[in-house]
Amino acid sequence: MRVDLSTLLVILGMALATYATRAGGLWLMQRFEPSPLVASCLRHTPGAILVALVAPMVITGGLLGGVVAAVTVLVAARTGNVLLATGVGVAAVWLLRTLA
Amino acid sequence: MSETAPTSAPVRRSCIPASFTRRGLLLGVRLSTVFTLGSLVDGVLFGALARQAGLGAFEAMLMSASVAAGTAQLVALELWTRPLPALAIVLTVLLVNLRHVVFGAALPRWFLRLPRRKIYGSAFFLYDESWMLAMNRFEAGERDAAVLVGSGAAMLVAWTAGTVVGHRLGSELPSLDALGFDFLVMAVLVAMLVGFWKGKGSLLPWSVAAGVAVVASWLLPGSWYILLGGIAGGVVGGLADAR
Repeated sequence: MRVDLSTLLVILGMALATYATRAGGLWLMQRFEPSPLVASCLRHTPGAILVALVAPMVITGGLLGGVVAAVTVLVAARTGNVLLATGVGVAAVWLLRTLA
Repeated sequence: MSETAPTSAPVRRSCIPASFTRRGLLLGVRLSTVFTLGSLVDGVLFGALARQAGLGAFEAMLMSASVAAGTAQLVALELWTRPLPALAIVLTVLLVNLRHVVFGAALPRWFLRLPRRKIYGSAFFLYDESWMLAMNRFEAGERDAAVLVGSGAAMLVAWTAGTVVGHRLGSELPSLDALGFDFLVMAVLVAMLVGFWKGKGSLLPWSVAAGVAVVASWLLPGSWYILLGGIAGGVVGGLADAR
């Protein structure tokens, strides 16, 4: 069993941060209502974080990256199934590389 | 579950009972079956990716059991370099999970009538699916708050077990770059991203997030581009909605 202190501390930090978001809403609700503006910003933030993470990856992946992203988005939008969309996207890479 | 039929006299909000029973727990477990299976499979995927990122079996299991947030955990894996950028990872996890604040705030107010231990204990099981499931029941008249915990707990067990299995299987799989697995992480994240799309209102904040992130990734070291892009997108989204 490999245990590393810095890893454990980071995991603990992640767990506390996550729990804080889960308990936070309840804690706040006992005190007040979030303003519509704040609630709105909160709603958009998770998607924005993912976009911020993914955008440079797609660009770094070049044309192939763009194609994979497009295929994955299409399948995910149609089926709502993350695993299926991922599988098709990865298969698309394999297919394009095999044909090229 | 018996639905409370409306009586002739309107029930005052302060009279709505709130319970937390074993029946509710079991109901939650039963209702969440599809989500639980999904969590198992997603856990396997996470376990394998965690191994690739350099996490040990115990570390991966601990992360899944204590954080229990798939998207945030995947994003954290992307930042998993040595030395660990602890602050960036924790802050990013915080931001990715901010929606939970809104989930908690959206729970029916009778939830707050439970003993503190049960309120804040339930919070640990507040996932996208368990929240949706519980809210669905609550709006239909359910007053047993344990439905949330039951569904969440089932998903947590499956997620953690899947992580362990996936981490184990990771060693059995050969390097699969030729099969396109170097694009696996990108594909998973893009697929998850689709689920966050809220319609036309997402176009502007997402464009801003992408633009800021790409530019910041050229100009700033490490992973700060993720936080900047995320915050920029979130703020723009909120402001645009308010106009």
